[in-house]
Amino acid sequence: MEHYYQQEIECAPVEKLKELQSERLVEQVKHVWENVPYYRKKMQEANVTPDDIRSVDDLHKLPFLSKADLREAYPYGLMGKPLSECVRIQSTSGTTGKRVVAFYTQEDIDLWEDCCARAIMAAGGTREDVCQVCYGYGLFTGGPGLNGGSHRVGCLTLPMSSGNTDRQLQFMEDLGTTIICCTPSYAAYIGECVEEKGIQDKIKLKAGIFGAEAWSEEMRRDIEKKLGLKAYDIYGLTELSGPGVSFECSAQTGMHINEDHFIAEIINPETGEVLPEGEKGELVFTAITKKAFPMIRYRTRDICVLKREKCSCGRTLIKMAKPMGRSDDMLIIRGVNVFPSQIETVLLDQGYTSNYLIIVDRVNNSDTIEVRVEMTEAKFSDSIGEIEKLEKGLVEALKSMLGIKVKVKLVAPKTIERSTGKAVRVIDNRKI
Amino acid sequence: MTVKQISIFLENRPGQLLDITTSLEQKDVNIRAITVAETADYGIIRLIVEEADKAMEILKESGFLAMLSDVVAVAVPDKPGGLAEILGIMSGAGINIEYMYSVFGKVRGEAVMIFKVNDTQGFKKLLAENGIREADSTELGA
Repeated sequence: MEHYYQQEIECAPVEKLKELQSERLVEQVKHVWENVPYYRKKMQEANVTPDDIRSVDDLHKLPFLSKADLREAYPYGLMGKPLSECVRIQSTSGTTGKRVVAFYTQEDIDLWEDCCARAIMAAGGTREDVCQVCYGYGLFTGGPGLNGGSHRVGCLTLPMSSGNTDRQLQFMEDLGTTIICCTPSYAAYIGECVEEKGIQDKIKLKAGIFGAEAWSEEMRRDIEKKLGLKAYDIYGLTELSGPGVSFECSAQTGMHINEDHFIAEIINPETGEVLPEGEKGELVFTAITKKAFPMIRYRTRDICVLKREKCSCGRTLIKMAKPMGRSDDMLIIRGVNVFPSQIETVLLDQGYTSNYLIIVDRVNNSDTIEVRVEMTEAKFSDSIGEIEKLEKGLVEALKSMLGIKVKVKLVAPKTIERSTGKAVRVIDNRKI
Repeated sequence: MTVKQISIFLENRPGQLLDITTSLEQKDVNIRAITVAETADYGIIRLIVEEADKAMEILKESGFLAMLSDVVAVAVPDKPGGLAEILGIMSGAGINIEYMYSVFGKVRGEAVMIFKVNDTQGFKKLLAENGIREADSTELGA
């Protein structure tokens, strides 16, 4: 039985959606022109005015915004509403450079929470559910977003934030949590703990909503197996409010984009040219409803494909594939593009866990890459020869996937740091 | 009867051996034989202990990757040529040795060697046929 939070939008005829998008885009461009001098200047440099934008078909005329723009405009340069109307900031968990600060009016928050509510209901959530939110609460958008969405759906919301896993498990058991929201790496860790404690039959989880970091199909299967639930993907960025930009439905053939709030495009990352549906390229979003931090053609650096097709869930919203790695997650090793997600796929395929670390260095002017992965009980044997064979097999499989030879180091179980938030998978020691 | 040997995965990191032996000490487990096989990055430590089941329990609790396997303990005359004689018999019968190591102290006046072979049953039969004594696991306190 399919549940919708806002069926009239989620299942609206495509022409109606496009009409709505055009109306809202025109309004948003006027709003930005009048209230965000930083972007107005960009528009002027591109010889575009609000009069040139009459529908979604004119979107391509507008200049892009990038993370560099956000850093340059920090802190208040892209704020679209006066301070008196802004009620909150959220800030990205950026690891390099200045943080990105996004602003919200109360209405922006309401719309954001609606988007998260859609995601929870698509995962089967209703007011009868107990929803445990284990994303971090605070500046990070995961906690506040799913918290708000959960309230709107009417679930009993457990605002756990991340960490304190013993307490997470205790409440999960005692309160009968049915839906869990956290990062996939934390879910994998919780799954490990559930297995170790042997409490699989004491927990009542039916669904999980996982996002904020890249995760593979293999990892999905692993989490589903360990926690006995159906795992749903969710996508978002702080610049676009947070989680809830898109969400997976029961069909699990891509994530439905909330396109009444966000218009999606795929572009060629080198030329900026808009690519037709079905082609792979960089995902760009235009937020057409939120006002305090209005993003026009924001480049996400996520590589993706868009497809509009009939979905068994009944929703007509366009779908995006799972991002195939971010262009800034990508490593270039000896001239070859390597995505940590590719390495993860091989590891899980070969029966290892997702507890791994990639160490990149430069020795004698040549890039080196080492993958440290934990030995598992299933793979351990009383024969050095057998273990060496396994290691070689892994090196071969990685070479086959990546095109380069990778050094593999087997390490003792539980020695690779577990994460409760976004996992750090790569240590790049090269000073470039 | 076969002797139970404990094998533990050893990451090549200082302190690993100490951690293992400290865990065993906590449960008063006594080691009778020990050997370490290594590659550049990791190793396997093999132990014959008194009370193997108790040892496995504490090792697993402490988070080590440990497993039990069957090995054969052979009483070897403690004199030059004692080992060569046994190896000769094995070679003649096509018994291949995967690894071997010795037990601390004498057992009933003899040296005891631990063998892991490719054909455990065949080996035991060969020993019996040649009047070579298999050391009892109880003699090792194992």
